[in-house]
Amino acid sequence: MNQRPLLELRSLEVRYGSVAAVRGLSLEVQQGELVGLIGPNGAGKSTTLHAVMGAVPISGGEILVDGVPVAGRAPEAIARSGVALVPEGRRVFASFSVEENLRLGLAARRNGSGEEALTEAYELFPALAESRRRPAGVLSGGQQQQLAIARGLVAGPRLLLLDEPSLGLAPAVVDSVFETLARIRERGVTVLLVEQRAQRTVALADRTYVLANGELRATLAPADAADTDRLVAAYLA
Amino acid sequence: MPLAVVDAQTLVDSVALGAVYALMAVGIGLVFGVLRLVNFAYGQLVMAGAYTLAFTSQFHPAMSIAACFAVVIALSTAIDLAVFRPLRGQSPAVMLVTTFALAFLLQAIARIVDVRDGTIGEPVRVVGQLNRAVSIGGVNVRQVTILAITLGIVMLGLLALLLGRTTIGLHMRAAAADFRTARLLGVRSDRVIGFAVFLSAVLAALVAIVLTVRRPLVTPAYGLQETIVVLVGVVVGGLDRLWTATLGGFAIGFATGVINGVLPTDKTIFLPTAVFTLVILVLLLRPGGLFAPRGATTVERV
Repeated sequence: MNQRPLLELRSLEVRYGSVAAVRGLSLEVQQGELVGLIGPNGAGKSTTLHAVMGAVPISGGEILVDGVPVAGRAPEAIARSGVALVPEGRRVFASFSVEENLRLGLAARRNGSGEEALTEAYELFPALAESRRRPAGVLSGGQQQQLAIARGLVAGPRLLLLDEPSLGLAPAVVDSVFETLARIRERGVTVLLVEQRAQRTVALADRTYVLANGELRATLAPADAADTDRLVAAYLA
Repeated sequence: MPLAVVDAQTLVDSVALGAVYALMAVGIGLVFGVLRLVNFAYGQLVMAGAYTLAFTSQFHPAMSIAACFAVVIALSTAIDLAVFRPLRGQSPAVMLVTTFALAFLLQAIARIVDVRDGTIGEPVRVVGQLNRAVSIGGVNVRQVTILAITLGIVMLGLLALLLGRTTIGLHMRAAAADFRTARLLGVRSDRVIGFAVFLSAVLAALVAIVLTVRRPLVTPAYGLQETIVVLVGVVVGGLDRLWTATLGGFAIGFATGVINGVLPTDKTIFLPTAVFTLVILVLLLRPGGLFAPRGATTVERV
């Protein structure tokens, strides 16, 4: 891997007061990759994504997007530079229509036609097209997750960050979320996926980092998904 | 309150007062929406606009009105840059107290400027002819009353279009609903806040024009009483949503006008007592706001 990573973390440190949430984390995501980031609750996964977005200040280390340091920039500036976050809990605007939620995603778009991006999003998620005039709050949990992902995609991001997209969804719906992630990868979007569903994530991702207590514990390859012992060991290490 | 004692004249005047207060409520509500800041100094924007109208009375009315808009917008922008921006993210209490201080500071500055001619108070003569009455269906209506009602309807209509149909409007609504998520999506905080501050200034300038027709003598405390009443109305209506805040502003203006009309002239001293007793009753019965949807949760209402 000689090319410059699209996202590179170097010894990232994030503290909440006196509590270290992320400790010396280094990782990289290459152009076109789907990379997983797994670990138990409180491991620092979401914090890492929020640090990349500029939503929490970092206390050490570096965050490079396409080789450019982004730490200290405002979240909207980072979003506009081509990094989209699909936040935990979906965070759709419940009283806004589905279409308005998607149009909010266009806020970070740097170039090209927003209307075209909306059409593509509706093709990818036909259920959203049917409900485009309805308030997002009446959608099912799975559809709201589709909306949150679509909202991230219409920004035309170079890098898509997903924070636990399968959280709180029924098993069948979780299947469809992972199918969606595979389709997004096929479109050439680079993805960093934070998940609790370790096995599925390891199987899907090109490479999966295991985080515990804010530290990198292991790096797993897709083949490790079948090796339950190795997974458990990585989690409990 | 039997409606028979309220004549058409009083009703029309009350609607006009409600319209003016509704415009102020929107001005306060827009800034609250994106900054979670109750701008107690809003009345001083009106005051600055009124003084501008007074000091430019010798010019053509169009010039005078243009100067009023320019001064209020410039002052509002300066306050945003110098005071609101550094305070962003502070607790609501800190922000509220700061706007108190700002309000009294601006009043004190106005006093220094005003007293140079040896008297306190400057008359506005620019648009005084709007006090003339026209007869509509046997009811005498002052032109300024028609202006106030028309402005209220037109501005609220334009604002609804702006918020509902434009990208900046969508971004403002998103910022008001969930600023953190809106920023993560690329909504520029400085732009939506700057735009809200600009719109609230435009409304303050309009209010200054209408108010100075009704009460031409501008003093340093100009607009203060109105701001307090409107703030109460906004909280009674429900501060969390722009339309409930606006309705609250209208309602308290309308109620003030009607009660004022019903009370005999020698009893108008009881007006504030009556209005604020009503306010307390409403807040006891509907703490979320008079117009808030049932079951709506109350968020920080300072």
